[in-house]
Amino acid sequence: MRYLPLTDADRSEMLARIGVASIDELFTDIPERMRMKAPADLPRAKGELEVERHLGAMAARNVPASSVPFFIGAGAYKHHVPATVDHLIQRSEFLTSYTPYQPEIAQGTLQYLFEFQTQVAMLTGMEVANASMYDGSTATAEAVLMAHRVTRRHKAVLSGGLHPHYAEVVETLSRLAGHEVQRLTPDVTAKEDLLTAIDDSVSCVVVQTPDVFGNLRDLRAVADKAHAHGALLVAVFTEAVSLGVVEAPGAMGADIVVGEGQSIGNALSFGGPYVGLFATRQKFVRQMPGRLAGETVDAEGRRGFVLTLSTREQHIRRDKATSNICTNSGLCCLAFTIHLSLLGEEGLTRLARINHANAVKLADAVSAVPGVEVLNETFFNEFTLRLPKPAAAVVEAMADRHVLAGVPVSRLLPGAGLDDLLLVASTEVNTDADRAAFVSALTEVL
Amino acid sequence: MTTYYTKDHEYIRVEGDTGTVGISDYAQSQLGDVVFVELPAVGKTLTKGAEAAVVESVKAASEVYAPVSGEVIAVNSAIEETPATVNEDPLGDGWFLKIRLSNAGELQELMTEEQYEDYLKTIS
Amino acid sequence: MLNRQGRPTAPGAGAANGHATFTGNRALQQEEALIFEFGRTDVTGVDLDEPAPVADRLGGLGRKEPIGLPGLSEPEAMRHYVRLSQKNYGIDTGLFPLGSCTMKHNPRLNEKMARLPGFADVHPLQPVSTVQGALALMDELAHWLKELTGMPAVTLSPKAGAHGELAGMAAIKAAIAARGEADTRKVVLVPDSAHGTNPATAALIGFTVKPVPAREDGTVDPAEVAKRAGPDTAAIMLTNPNTCGLFERDVVEIARVIHDAGGYFYCDGANFNAIVGKARPGDLGVDAMHINLHKTFSTPHGGGGPGAGPVVLSQRLAAFAPLPHVRLDEGRFSLVEHPSASDQSPLGRLTAFHGQMGMFVRALAFMLSHGAEGLKQASEDAVLNANYVRASLADVMSLPFGNRPCMHEVLFDDTWLKGTGVTTLDFAKALIDEGYHPMTVYFPLVVHGAMLIEPTESESKASLDLFIATLRDLAFAVRDGDTARFTGAPYHAPRRRLDETRAARQPVLRWTPPAPVPEAAE
Repeated sequence: MRYLPLTDADRSEMLARIGVASIDELFTDIPERMRMKAPADLPRAKGELEVERHLGAMAARNVPASSVPFFIGAGAYKHHVPATVDHLIQRSEFLTSYTPYQPEIAQGTLQYLFEFQTQVAMLTGMEVANASMYDGSTATAEAVLMAHRVTRRHKAVLSGGLHPHYAEVVETLSRLAGHEVQRLTPDVTAKEDLLTAIDDSVSCVVVQTPDVFGNLRDLRAVADKAHAHGALLVAVFTEAVSLGVVEAPGAMGADIVVGEGQSIGNALSFGGPYVGLFATRQKFVRQMPGRLAGETVDAEGRRGFVLTLSTREQHIRRDKATSNICTNSGLCCLAFTIHLSLLGEEGLTRLARINHANAVKLADAVSAVPGVEVLNETFFNEFTLRLPKPAAAVVEAMADRHVLAGVPVSRLLPGAGLDDLLLVASTEVNTDADRAAFVSALTEVL
Repeated sequence: MTTYYTKDHEYIRVEGDTGTVGISDYAQSQLGDVVFVELPAVGKTLTKGAEAAVVESVKAASEVYAPVSGEVIAVNSAIEETPATVNEDPLGDGWFLKIRLSNAGELQELMTEEQYEDYLKTIS
Repeated sequence: MLNRQGRPTAPGAGAANGHATFTGNRALQQEEALIFEFGRTDVTGVDLDEPAPVADRLGGLGRKEPIGLPGLSEPEAMRHYVRLSQKNYGIDTGLFPLGSCTMKHNPRLNEKMARLPGFADVHPLQPVSTVQGALALMDELAHWLKELTGMPAVTLSPKAGAHGELAGMAAIKAAIAARGEADTRKVVLVPDSAHGTNPATAALIGFTVKPVPAREDGTVDPAEVAKRAGPDTAAIMLTNPNTCGLFERDVVEIARVIHDAGGYFYCDGANFNAIVGKARPGDLGVDAMHINLHKTFSTPHGGGGPGAGPVVLSQRLAAFAPLPHVRLDEGRFSLVEHPSASDQSPLGRLTAFHGQMGMFVRALAFMLSHGAEGLKQASEDAVLNANYVRASLADVMSLPFGNRPCMHEVLFDDTWLKGTGVTTLDFAKALIDEGYHPMTVYFPLVVHGAMLIEPTESESKASLDLFIATLRDLAFAVRDGDTARFTGAPYHAPRRRLDETRAARQPVLRWTPPAPVPEAAE
């Protein structure tokens, strides 16, 4: 077996040193009748070539985003990732290191986490950010729990523009923890009245911008009303690239900003692993979940970095911890931070403007298709179409024509009476030819 | 002025109906460098044994329990800013809070300084 | 004629003394500034064309202020991150005996497979007709996990071990609610030796944690469990093999006690890697167990994630698995993403989308490469290596539970250091100077000054022999009173010991621009 260095001779010699006659003598704590008598009914070992063939055949049964005109978003976005990013994250010392518990030999990880935290704080317009969460949805649920700790209240109000998966994660966790959730009905055109839902019993209001239907939201009035009632505003985003041109949630009064960082540096990967971003105000930092890297000095006075404020965390606080989270998304936040430092302000804002321009061009083009209506007044790189037919069938029919057109709202919100709505995203990867293919396929199937 | 101790290593120094509460020198040495202190609101009523404050070092967090029942009449905000004082002078400037005793009889359940010294010998 | 090209080819007298360098660099160890200190907002390492002008649809919600993000050209970025990487210790650097974390070799084949466009470049919400291979892979991984654990069901979506604990305990909570006992069964028994995530998870979803002490030999006594189990008991969370590196030999009896009390047996599967192919949790009475794919099945730890924590479930918990599930009907895979009308107690969703696909591919590649026999051999080698370390150090270090066989990791305490002036932490730091990553220290909490060593199956005998010789040399140095070798360590790492007190007292959690220097008066 290519991964196992011990030879049978080694094994015999080692058993002798230990003073046992066979390997099974080391397993005697397992009750005899519970020990497996025969190996599991599973295939025998495969060489590299066989594994590649086996998994390659599975991979070949999927349609990669790059192989077709591709317009799917709704929480995960197809962007170009520079070759440098994937090369660097496969450096052995990044890939095969552990959580930096021994800071003297983990300064690489700790420094990039510190850089990542700073980038996320800047991008969101907040004061501090943590070293990442699993993804945007779990970060949102953690933000709600944190708001409960800060306000000592237990009711969250969720905007109808919040990604349904995110809302469901909040609902699941809240139900388990015995907290109240008021989830507003799906709000396709950002017309909901969030303000009347806010009163003194509310811990936090959770609003996504751009929302799941693509609308940009002005958060200021919600922030003001929330603050007047002692509640917090949790702002959510699923498309990090939008922050290149859209107002930062922090500048609109958000108290906690959470989002999905996949768009920057990370592959679609069928939904994971991704990277949750989590930022807040300095005064709330002790209520924050997750790992934090901080600056300090070593015994010679040189700058260095360590994990800090660990007493919030499960390995010290156990049942009184701010969260049960242990790992973060280390390698995914490394990919994020490398890609973002390659982009810089100049690259990110340009990338965001390209995304926006491509979406505007697509919206204009599909508006010309008879029976199709763009519902958004505002959007970044994603918007909602009303079709004259159920969107799920349209998407299937367009897939048959080798166009991956978007996400039918019914996939996220079945039974909500929104079957004719289609979420469509356009990023920098889309060309004029892609847009033309979209319009012609859509025209054909309608 | 008498100082009493608890088995959880809080002390209370009593003057009249007022007690000054903190953690013992042994407690601060076991915790290591104190980096954070969370104090209760003035005016809060505590019952004996209730969580009164939190004290944290880099690798440990502990609750500070009220040695007796009473109302919090003052807290030492200075240690929130410079928690090192808890290590440097736990029985002096490193005090946590002052409490107005509601039941002085509870003091009888605590240890005197001498008894506490003996207690420390049994646990180390 | 005298050739004057000669030069010193052996170190001179002064060469042994270190000296400060102008740059602060030490040859291959390069000091590296923060990107904010040398990047510039008008530099970019990504060439993009100016977009075509369009009338914007931002509705006045465009950004008003610059962000301040520095950019790096590609060569600058490459050098920055390569230099940072060189300050890190990884499995590929050397032996990484971090107990409880399972730092085994990460095959690069798995990286290659995860990057196949058919896996890496597919969107979670593509029509299922375009992702049949991805769903087939999830189904095949599920099959392996079920077979290896002897459990009838598995949910793949949890994002990490702690998230898997949440999924498993949530399923238990849902099952209790379905029995109409939500208001009465609220206590979760957690042994003192458990990972901190166990009590944190239980508390997170509204359970009350009741600790169970370990007995003298480091394992849990079913009698202690029985004393605490009753009609208020929701579950026990038991790590097996436990964090002391021991198999809970009374596990079957503990399961019986909990089941008789009407509770569920949650097994923390962090240490499943010791028993794969040797015993099946399903045969031990387990109701739910998460599997850290990044431990047992070697997906890379990546400096702290991403992980993946699928949870296997017993028959009576299977109906309470979180969404989504993969379903196979007549050769065609589909995804169940919403509760159906027939679900009595749908738990709902614990994460967006379907789980850590990238980790699923890597883990399956690892399983396929080993095969059933290879996985069993890996467990045996991991246990053999740990016991070899134990047997080779038992005379110089102290074993809290006696010199008896352990599983995949061996636990020492600091009894042998008493009165030497050297602490567990000092000893660990001295290992850094010797070129090793330290073992896990001060965990589990049930022994004083714990040192938990997990060599994994990836180490050769020669590698272990050198590691053992190093530890013995250090142990003798402790006895000889060479304390400075420990208390000042590490001397040779990119940084000396770091001031964690300062970091926590005055937290600096991000870079901020230096205050502007006031203009000098003329």
